[in-house]
Amino acid sequence: MLLALLFSIGWALAAPLLVRAAGRAAGWVLALGPAALFAGFLAAGGTVGPEASIRETAAWVPTLGVEASFVLDGLSLLFALLVTGLGAVIAVYAGSYLHGHRDLGRFYLLFFAFLSAMLGVVLADNLILLFIFWEGTSLCSYLLVGFKHESTPARTSALQALLVTGAGGLALLAGFLLLGIAGGSFELSVLMERGAAIRSHDLYLPAFLLIALGAFTKSAQVPFHFWLPNAMAAPTPVSAYLHSATMVKAGIYLLARTDPILGGTGLWTWTLAAAGAATMLVGAVGALRHTDLKKVLAYSTITALGTLVVLLGLSYGASIKAAIVFLLVHALYKSALFLVAGSIDHETGTRNVLHLGGLRRAMPLTAAAAVLAGLSMAGLPPLFGFVGKELAYKAKLGVENLGWLLPTIAVTANALTVAAAGILVARPFFGRRRTPDGSQVHEAPLGMWVGPVVIGLVGLAFGLVPGLLYAPVSAAVDAVAGEPVDINLALWYGVNTALYLSLATVALGVAAFAGWTPIRYALLRLRRLSRAGPERAYEAGLDGLFRLAAWQTRFFEGGSVRSYLAATFGVIALAVGGTLLLRGGVSLQPAVLLDGLQALPYETGLVAIVGAAALVAARLRSMLLSITSLGVVGLGLALLFVMMSAPDLAMTQFLVEVLIVVIALGVMQALPLAREVEPRGRRGRDAVLAVAVGATVSMLLLAVLRLPFDATVPQYFLEESVPGGFGRNVVNVILVDFRALDTLGEIAVLAVAAVGAFVVLKLGRPARSRLGPPPVPSVVLRAGARLLLALLVVTSLFMLWRGHNEPGGGFIGGLFAASAVVLYLMAFRQARTERLLRVPPRSALGVGLAVAVGSGLVGVALAGAPFLTGQWVAVGTLKLGTPLLFDVGVFLVVVGFTLTIVLSLERVVAGPPQPPQQPLASPEAAAADRQPARLNGGTTEPAEV
Amino acid sequence: MSHLLVLPVLVPLVTAVTMLLAWRSRRVQRVGSLLGAVALLGTTLWIAAAVWNDGVQHLQVGNWPSPFGITLVADVLAAAMLVIVGVTGACVLVYALGSIDAEREGNGFHALYHLLLMGVCGAFLAGDLFNLYVWFEVLLITSFVLLVLGNDRSQVKGAVSYVLLNLVASLTFLAGVALLYGIAGSLNLADLAVRLPEVDAPGLITTVSMLFLVAFGIKAAVFPLFFWLPAAYHTPPVAVTAIFAGLLTKVGVYALIRVFTLLFTQDVGYTHTILLGVAALTMITGVLGAVTQTDVRKILSFHIVSQIGYMVMGLALFTPLALLGAIFYILHHIIVKTNLFLVGGVAHRLAGDFELKNLGGLYRAKPWLAVLFLIPALSLAGLPPLSGFWAKLVILQAGLEAEAYFAVAAALGAGLLTLVSMTKIWNEAFWKPLPDDRSLSPGTPSLAAMVTPVVLLAAVTLSIGLYAEPLVVLAERSAAELLDTTSYVQAVLGEPPTPPTAEVR
Repeated sequence: MLLALLFSIGWALAAPLLVRAAGRAAGWVLALGPAALFAGFLAAGGTVGPEASIRETAAWVPTLGVEASFVLDGLSLLFALLVTGLGAVIAVYAGSYLHGHRDLGRFYLLFFAFLSAMLGVVLADNLILLFIFWEGTSLCSYLLVGFKHESTPARTSALQALLVTGAGGLALLAGFLLLGIAGGSFELSVLMERGAAIRSHDLYLPAFLLIALGAFTKSAQVPFHFWLPNAMAAPTPVSAYLHSATMVKAGIYLLARTDPILGGTGLWTWTLAAAGAATMLVGAVGALRHTDLKKVLAYSTITALGTLVVLLGLSYGASIKAAIVFLLVHALYKSALFLVAGSIDHETGTRNVLHLGGLRRAMPLTAAAAVLAGLSMAGLPPLFGFVGKELAYKAKLGVENLGWLLPTIAVTANALTVAAAGILVARPFFGRRRTPDGSQVHEAPLGMWVGPVVIGLVGLAFGLVPGLLYAPVSAAVDAVAGEPVDINLALWYGVNTALYLSLATVALGVAAFAGWTPIRYALLRLRRLSRAGPERAYEAGLDGLFRLAAWQTRFFEGGSVRSYLAATFGVIALAVGGTLLLRGGVSLQPAVLLDGLQALPYETGLVAIVGAAALVAARLRSMLLSITSLGVVGLGLALLFVMMSAPDLAMTQFLVEVLIVVIALGVMQALPLAREVEPRGRRGRDAVLAVAVGATVSMLLLAVLRLPFDATVPQYFLEESVPGGFGRNVVNVILVDFRALDTLGEIAVLAVAAVGAFVVLKLGRPARSRLGPPPVPSVVLRAGARLLLALLVVTSLFMLWRGHNEPGGGFIGGLFAASAVVLYLMAFRQARTERLLRVPPRSALGVGLAVAVGSGLVGVALAGAPFLTGQWVAVGTLKLGTPLLFDVGVFLVVVGFTLTIVLSLERVVAGPPQPPQQPLASPEAAAADRQPARLNGGTTEPAEV
Repeated sequence: MSHLLVLPVLVPLVTAVTMLLAWRSRRVQRVGSLLGAVALLGTTLWIAAAVWNDGVQHLQVGNWPSPFGITLVADVLAAAMLVIVGVTGACVLVYALGSIDAEREGNGFHALYHLLLMGVCGAFLAGDLFNLYVWFEVLLITSFVLLVLGNDRSQVKGAVSYVLLNLVASLTFLAGVALLYGIAGSLNLADLAVRLPEVDAPGLITTVSMLFLVAFGIKAAVFPLFFWLPAAYHTPPVAVTAIFAGLLTKVGVYALIRVFTLLFTQDVGYTHTILLGVAALTMITGVLGAVTQTDVRKILSFHIVSQIGYMVMGLALFTPLALLGAIFYILHHIIVKTNLFLVGGVAHRLAGDFELKNLGGLYRAKPWLAVLFLIPALSLAGLPPLSGFWAKLVILQAGLEAEAYFAVAAALGAGLLTLVSMTKIWNEAFWKPLPDDRSLSPGTPSLAAMVTPVVLLAAVTLSIGLYAEPLVVLAERSAAELLDTTSYVQAVLGEPPTPPTAEVR
């Protein structure tokens, strides 16, 4: 069976090539594939008796319990024969119907892909495998219904079918998973033996309902039936195949397949009988409302599907037998009638029965096929349809506590089906000759009439000699019932109640056909009712969904950064604060806090200053003053670090604060920023959030500080700093040795930030600042700057040098050096500073990183030690090692970072570069200089002129 | 100790430094960048092989013993993530070589790209919380600069949201690291895993875990912290968005998985229930966001959010099967999501737009592109037999087994809506005829560089779908490692250490 599937998939993939190779005979050639499969299954069928089934299994995803296991028993054989047999017939038909269509190759690809998926559904023994093929049929159906994808209705209908069956598919998946949990296996053959246990399991109810939902959507049961008539937008061969015999029967197959596992309970019977009966009526009435042949066919298919669901719901020997026979009956006549409708459409250009009549002379063969199929549909002897209907009546009469309700519904629905058969066959082929434009009509080509005729004759043969079907039907019935069922098949069972019902059906049906026109008008007037129907619900649901989605997206993703930030802080307050209250297990004693404050009076005062400055910064409207206030905050923190005996931190903080203020002023000068003032309400909200988050973190911090601290790790650093790291400044040893990888990451961050600022400021052309051009620096500043430059540079090198043992290091040294240049820049502006530097500061970034990485690699190369392992040599009393080199890398990156940003800003402030001060600049050079600041890669940038 | 582990950080760093030093030469940058990406892929495969054969690998950087020095660790999860970084990194780079403009290339695109990869690899390897923080910073700054590179107005606007919200995440993360250090006196993840259960304040640990949840939640773009993602992801060039979409949020999810399996398991009933709720709401809000969009990149961006929900759901359920699902989901998703953006970029190259109403006719004109779109798109929607089906299947099964019906319903609903929005793209860009006033541009030689990675990634998706077993086995082993942390802890710390003596502060 796996082989059959692989062959089928291969056939699908080869289809476009075969179409090209076969030319005019494409249909005939392509039908060979399914025909071969049909023959194969027929041959295999000989070995599948009532008791024997063939099971094949191969490991696929065993870890998840998903096996490639297939089973061929009576039920799957019957379906496999239908799928492949009709597949072959319709493949021939499609070759003529779509002759010369530019997408014929794609069509066959999808058609056979569908065939493969359908075959997989009916052969799979593993539920997950079955589901995979099930979704495959939905997807192929989507692509086939939308075959004429340049028309909007085709696309809409395709999507509708996909969504309805797709939603059902998801329910089905959940149902299968629950079934797997309840039954302990995904193998249908295993689950069948555990049917009783599953039916009494807690998960039975949800599993059954979800699986039924899947089956109902696929098999177009009320209230999910509406997608089927709309799917008639598909090309007719697709409808003939998918919407009569195969895909819509997948749900029926599933119900039949799971009957031994889930069936036989009251829930099963009532759910299926109710849904099926409603579907029968809705379909039967709907069929009479339409004049489009395909819509009539679609609605009558819905009726038939309802009948099948009712019969399976009853779930006893006779009803199962009736279901299997009726399934065959319907597949035969319905596919034939679809093909006939396609032929009529093909030859006359319309499918509207009101414009058709008397075609039997022009299309005698098609008419003959239509008559055979139509009589079968109407359930008249000696056709197979008669057998099917009799069995169905008998089965429904055999139910005790449903009394006459079911038979009444069945008679009504069947009578209307008789009328529908009249509409489909008698109207177009008999009576006065009518075509849309009165033109001459010809018989359909060979490829298009041979199929319906063959199917019609098969129906006649089965009707005359039902015994032909004894073996396959009885095998299928056994499989569904889960036990051998004694059956006999005959055309004539004698005079009994079922026969009387048949007679009544035909009589009523003929009457309804005779009065079709008034009935149709009456039904059209009732169309208002369908506005409240399930299709409307689908549309309203989809519409509502889109509106809900739009609303929630506006709500959450409104576009304001401020509200995003507020929401994020709100979440922090809620999640962290809430958890602290609910789970924290902390009792807060304000006394402890107050004690702490009294013990540290200076620190308390400093914190108060910092807090006040922060508040001021938040309240002020002037950016300049806000920045200054933030500077106060930063310097306050630096002082706090001093008090806590952390000189390295304090120095770094101090230098960073100074540079931040310089840079912030540069930004203000370069980029026109307006400060937005928030409305009062929002400021209040923000204040509440700020307090909530601050309070949460503070409480958490206090609670943590009261826990005993395990100082193993810091103790290790203190002890190892000198013997292992050869440095007395533990902070620096941590930075360049113990945790050098962190530092490496951080200097990479600096390098990237600098590159970012450089590029953005180079590419952007921000508007001129409102602050006006920078003032001419004073002479005093210039003189002082020259002096200080040298001093600061020396200091920076000193800081770098001593950093390993005394407060200092690459970070601080780099900041000193950068401050020196910044001061020079303030005094002498951009051009002279750049001349002073000679190379663009950006290059220090790459070099610094390279030095740092290189220092880390020394140990790898020399000692095979891990990356960043320090290597030391003694030069006299001095210890020199790679961590010191690493610090040089840090120094370079920090200098490069600061200067790149400051100079990039300065360049924006200074405006486009002035032409070089040469008395005779060449025109090209002058033109090049006037180019906008937006530069292509590789061009020299102004800084390097 | 495995020296290999530093390579996924070192290779991109050395590549990027080379790019910085060769700033002027585009040719050197292009060749070097490609070599660097290929070398990274090779490195990650090498590490994965070592982890698969010899178990959890670790490296003490600077040769300082754990828990004092910085540890790099690779377990199966980290190794698998590294390989995916290698694959997507190389694929997207090839795509970028065919699509990124000269201006960006001349302004550091390649250096930034490799530093981004370095950050991602570092985050997956970090065995130390502060080191993880450093890699997050590297990611944040490189992604930010990549976002603004080019300096369009929309880019800057999106980038502002991006950087501000992610800075809040950094702040929260840092606060969490500091508090955890205060509680347990260590930053080393394995060491913390040993120490935290001995701390006599489980409630405080749970509270601190919320800081991590928020910080990584912002990074992973879960509900209700995802604002930055849809605001920014549609603005940069496709190659940049694609690598972001594939990797950045997944670093957040990875970090969530790491800390909520290794560190914060003392109150699973509380923390993981919150995670489950977050997961369900993430799936739904994300996908609802997607169905309203009409720009291909925006649709795809919102789907990132939605899909993160499934991964978090796997973590939240906290059963072996669920974690298996989460891991499978992440690995599958990175490939699929990256690829969808790349396909969107190819469509844009051909049709000149991302807006659905201006697209059309691609099924008729470029059937190969239609196939290349359908594979990742249907995989994203979870249709069989593609990789996404298996991912969803496992998550759903785990959810049903854990009786988390609400979350399962959300997952199913989100799956259907994903299908809705994928068919919307299909409908508009592929089926619908091209609007009359537009035309398709012919293919150019650089198109080949854009399509090749798409084909490769689609092939990966399809192969996982058709034969999921190897990846399932991998995810299963990884899930087992996450649930039983002994192998991780022992690899880093050696034999179980004696309980540390506590000192009173």
